[in-house]
Amino acid sequence: MAGLGKEYKEGEVIVRQGETGNCMFVIQDGEVEAVAEANGKELRLRTMGPNEFFGEMALFENETRTATIRATRPTRILTIDKKNFLGGIHEDPSLAFRIVQTMSHRIRDLTDRLAKFEEGD
Amino acid sequence: MRMAEDLGLARDVGRKAQESQAWALQDGSRIAVIGAGPAGSMFSYFFLTMAETIGLDVGVDMYEPRRFCHRGPAGCNHCGGVVSETLIQRLATEGIMLPDSVVQRGIESYTLHMDVGDVEIATPLMEKRIAAIYRGNGPRQSVPLDTHSFDGYLLQLAEQKGARIISRLVTDVRREEDLMSVHCADQHCDQYELVVVASGVNSRLSEMLESQSHNFKRPARTKTFICEFHLGREVIRETFGPSMHVFLLDIPRLEFAALIPKGDYVTLCLLGDDIDDELMERFFSSPEVQNRFPGAIIPEHACHCYPRINIRAAVPAYGDRLVMIGDSGSTRLFKDGIGAAYKTAKAAAKTAVFHGVGAENFERHYAPLCQKINRDNQVGKFVFSVASLVQKARFARRGILHMTANEQKQTVSPRRMSDVLWDLFSGSESYTNVFLRTLHPAYIGSLLKNLVVGNLPGSAGRNAHSSSQENGHVQH
Repeated sequence: MAGLGKEYKEGEVIVRQGETGNCMFVIQDGEVEAVAEANGKELRLRTMGPNEFFGEMALFENETRTATIRATRPTRILTIDKKNFLGGIHEDPSLAFRIVQTMSHRIRDLTDRLAKFEEGD
Repeated sequence: MRMAEDLGLARDVGRKAQESQAWALQDGSRIAVIGAGPAGSMFSYFFLTMAETIGLDVGVDMYEPRRFCHRGPAGCNHCGGVVSETLIQRLATEGIMLPDSVVQRGIESYTLHMDVGDVEIATPLMEKRIAAIYRGNGPRQSVPLDTHSFDGYLLQLAEQKGARIISRLVTDVRREEDLMSVHCADQHCDQYELVVVASGVNSRLSEMLESQSHNFKRPARTKTFICEFHLGREVIRETFGPSMHVFLLDIPRLEFAALIPKGDYVTLCLLGDDIDDELMERFFSSPEVQNRFPGAIIPEHACHCYPRINIRAAVPAYGDRLVMIGDSGSTRLFKDGIGAAYKTAKAAAKTAVFHGVGAENFERHYAPLCQKINRDNQVGKFVFSVASLVQKARFARRGILHMTANEQKQTVSPRRMSDVLWDLFSGSESYTNVFLRTLHPAYIGSLLKNLVVGNLPGSAGRNAHSSSQENGHVQH
């Protein structure tokens, strides 16, 4: 009974690519994978574990989800509301620091992967 | 020399801007944090995190004689032990996750009990985002389980960031030349560039500070009652579920009463105007309370305390090289004290790291938050006075029950009353926000309609009372 968040079974989809969203998620326990779907194929982007978050882009843009997130094993996830998050940042801008830091890491990671991909060509 | 009139606590600070640099912390500066409850630990955690970010090499000593690994009063900071969903989300965003061993139970609904019936108010997401926790390591007579203290967990985070824990009782804080000195019961004494008072309102430190400084008023306090009932995990799961049970009863001076399920125990929290034996007697003898327990028999409590809570902020809550945070300074009236501890701790840490530790710095960057909390508490007092009127008026309780119960059956329409009650019980929103929502024409219109419909002969609220007496649970 203890523990926060909502439980997802293995294989259960938490967010689906193309859907609109108004919250982000923090993994409390378990593991998820982010997959991009294109031309009927799935490309696994990354896996994420406890204390990592996803879906943060929906908080800053009114765009659709860019990837599908699926639990790879029984997973518990906490939802962060857009209203709560943006209200918090309005009160205390440093609340966004960790998100900005993580997004920065992800851009660096994507840049590295793109460079490797170009080298492969 | 004891500075009886010069602790540097000043209401009006008129220093020139160019003096600010003199109050900036330098590499090697030392900070004393008195008290390692949520405010003290979160201050240390955020202060050290921010200092690290800008490459500032500072030391933090946390004075805390209590050991949170102990069961019962020796390891407890005496509070109801609920972390609001707003704070849970903020902490998660900060990267602070409460482990399962700290969360005694995730709460996903509130059940409101009144003499006219009960109604369960569920979170729209059906997700556990409120944490029931123990401030210490469980009730006095509890058997050791795999549980951990909330305060102990936060202290561990601060320690991992580099804070040094000093197991000593601070008895005095003095201004000596340009530094602050901290004096302990065992004659230990040390000097610091900044002293952060986070000892709460149940320690004697704020009393001592008030006696030293003629213009400092410590927080006004009132007595509360908290106790633990051992019912066993299975009984709690069946009887209480993942729901916090709140009582709206016509008992004078009682502002808030709740039963909070946690592991093998249920915590009772009574808040109001100086809770005494007479008030408790009336509370325990009401059928709405008795019917919550198996066989309508209230068991002996395993552990109890009468902690005091802050009902009016310290004035002023800062001075040169001195700042008061959490309950020692400003906190929210009756609700979300841990959330206020987080906010004041972080604001004070930001001020100290990025601006300085002078009264001027705290006035400019810390005082606005305290003022905002204090203003909101004024609205809160009004909101609770309206709730007191509702407690006295059965027709109003029927209307609220009818409106809330109908909203809970719907999935699409706005849940105006449910949201107001949810935010009032959980402390998730400011009192000002809650109050403003009750001025919405749609809310007023719906309430008026439900006051009429809910009081018609044959309505759920009218029938609920007899049903409530019979089975202890009425409708959802």
